[in-house]
Amino acid sequence: MEKVLLRDGEITLHTRERSNKWQMYINIKGTDVFVRKSTGTSNLDDAAQIATKYYDQLKSKASSASNSASGVIGWVDERLPILSFVRDHLTNYYAPKNFNFWYFFGSLAFMILFLQIFTGIFLAMHYKPDAKLAFDSVEFIMRDVNLGWLIRYMHSTGASAFFVVVYLHMFRALMYGSFKKPRELIWLFGVFIYLALMAEAFMGYLLPWGQMSYWGAQVIINLFTTIPFIGPELGVWIRGDFAISDPTLTRFFALHIVAVPMVILLLVILHLAALHTVGSNNPDGVEIKKYKDENGVPLDGVPFHPYYTVKDFVGIGVFLFLFSTTVFFIPEMGGYFLEHANFIPANPLVTPEHIAPVWYFTPFYSILRAIPDPAFGALAMALSIVVLFFLPWIDNNPIKSIRYRSMLFRINLFVFVAGFLILGYLGVKAPTPLYSALALRFSEMYFIFFALLFFYSKSRGNFFSYIFAGVIISLIAIYDFTRINFDNYILIITGLASVCAFILFMTISPLYTNLNKEKEVPERVTG
Amino acid sequence: MMKNFYICFTLFVLSINISFGASQKSELAQKYKASNSISNKASLQRGAKYYVNYCSGCHSLKYMRMNTLAKDLGIDEAVFSKNLIFANKKIGETMTIPMKEVDAIQWFGALPPDLSLTARSKGADYIYAKLNTYYEDDSSVTGYNNVAYPNTSMPHILAELQGGQKLVLDSNNKPKGFDKTSEGSFNDLEYKQLTNDITNFLVYVSEPAKLKRYSMGFWVLLFLFIFTILAYYTKKEFWKDIH
Repeated sequence: MEKVLLRDGEITLHTRERSNKWQMYINIKGTDVFVRKSTGTSNLDDAAQIATKYYDQLKSKASSASNSASGVIGWVDERLPILSFVRDHLTNYYAPKNFNFWYFFGSLAFMILFLQIFTGIFLAMHYKPDAKLAFDSVEFIMRDVNLGWLIRYMHSTGASAFFVVVYLHMFRALMYGSFKKPRELIWLFGVFIYLALMAEAFMGYLLPWGQMSYWGAQVIINLFTTIPFIGPELGVWIRGDFAISDPTLTRFFALHIVAVPMVILLLVILHLAALHTVGSNNPDGVEIKKYKDENGVPLDGVPFHPYYTVKDFVGIGVFLFLFSTTVFFIPEMGGYFLEHANFIPANPLVTPEHIAPVWYFTPFYSILRAIPDPAFGALAMALSIVVLFFLPWIDNNPIKSIRYRSMLFRINLFVFVAGFLILGYLGVKAPTPLYSALALRFSEMYFIFFALLFFYSKSRGNFFSYIFAGVIISLIAIYDFTRINFDNYILIITGLASVCAFILFMTISPLYTNLNKEKEVPERVTG
Repeated sequence: MMKNFYICFTLFVLSINISFGASQKSELAQKYKASNSISNKASLQRGAKYYVNYCSGCHSLKYMRMNTLAKDLGIDEAVFSKNLIFANKKIGETMTIPMKEVDAIQWFGALPPDLSLTARSKGADYIYAKLNTYYEDDSSVTGYNNVAYPNTSMPHILAELQGGQKLVLDSNNKPKGFDKTSEGSFNDLEYKQLTNDITNFLVYVSEPAKLKRYSMGFWVLLFLFIFTILAYYTKKEFWKDIH
């Protein structure tokens, strides 16, 4: 039950009944603020009197505050709009009230960014960007700098944690359609952040100057040399030498600690500015701005502060618990976060028996290796990232959330995620004929995911469905027939048959079954 | 929400257990597993003693500062200087060796590697296996060959202690085990203990912070546990009016 106790222009004091007491709320220009003051009575008239008294107190306090310009904050606010900034982005910024588990990862990514910058500053105080000294200086940090080992493990674990969190954040966007109209720009800035993050991680990984730093960088820089015509010169331009050496290390250091972090910070600001312009999506994929009360407050929204700030602290607590478990007890993560071979100084004359990039790059590394020709492999890998930019225009289905989309969409997303994880696993393994065949098939599945997203944008007729399936299957089959021989025909035919069966099921079954039936989207958020 | 959390947590724990890389090591060498524990100070002290006496003539520990070592192992600096520093060195220095690379190449064909990080790059089991799988081989210059590191140029420094052994091959010509040919000054059990101590010591040397990070980690986790619980109930209090 809700009753208005007092009204003064745009300000109202109203109450809600809780456990037989009337709790006071004050509503100023549409912002509902719970004043945490109980009227202490169940009688409404008494409550109104108490409210009037309380309101007079507030008014006299406010007038005395505005006369004296309220100290330092008042002084600054007259010159810089800090209070209106806090209002616009925290206390008066409404987020949907139904965020779930998947909505922790944005704020976590934001926190990790600052954790990386902070630990990075301290590492840069002791690290020596010089091919002769780099490896030793890292060990110096690990042994002789006070708590240097902690700072370094936080930074190295932070890099992996950043990718864990960002991948989960992106998965959330896929699940709930957060990239769709009107949030296309948020998604675009996000993909740019992801790209910048990959560059940042790659350059940072060279700095310890271990064997895997050196040879991992060798593999990645060689990708650029496969670009036609300019490739070889481009490789020299990136390295600053004909091989990876001191100039490469120093420029990667400069880029890693100055240039790329600035780009990431700028992109994060743009990402958040775009987000706060259109507002957050939510697990139901409905717009909370559609339904507002008489004061213009979204009915299904809550002020970001304090509601989501206190909630995010819980997420941060759980995250830091897992993060610290890693930092203190398993910082190498069995060779995934810090590879064993990286404890051997870089040696251009000795190639490690097995070169694997750090885990967060391995899905793309698998796509690269899936095609034997290096130039086409590099092209496929580049495409696999470029395709992400076009996602908002590939998936035109008006329904955002997975909750109301069809069974086939769910299968598609599940297969995509499973395929991405399998590609990641294959990327750390040395290639065998079976693994290479699997890597190729799951690389194909990676792209088929996007094709199917396009396919499910609206309901498709008989003719379109058969043509669509036919075109994709023929493309795959043509490639397979160019490479089939007596040694590999079993792997090729079983692989081709499985992928074809999947495509046929996903495109033709809607014509005869209810599998592509979508559910009705509610008008307002549920739960 | 909790379901998702459990899934993530399970994946997180599982990912820890997946071992890394697939290198083809001899099956016999893989049977040798070090049972080291760096919290065993006595073992670390014995390991340090053996290392200084048998290994440090050739193998440097160029990142290991001697006063850090003395402090971490609970050895008094004066005792350490008297018993464990042979060359004319100060206790604040690291454990480098005077051998020159040109000489080493003439004597062994290569500079004996620095062992500061071997336990991290190759693993404790490798060190333990290497010290245990020397066998007599007349075709080798040193008279000994090794299963964990075939054709090693390192002589069997501990031969006197271990005694001699010959390699036994199975029907597929793969190493199967060893046959004792002569007794050393240590019996089998004592020798295993000795090599385990050296391994343990090198594990410590590869990451001295390991001694600190477990105990510090415990307090950090305890703090975060309490913090998270408080944060959770704060959140609950704030959200109780939102339905």
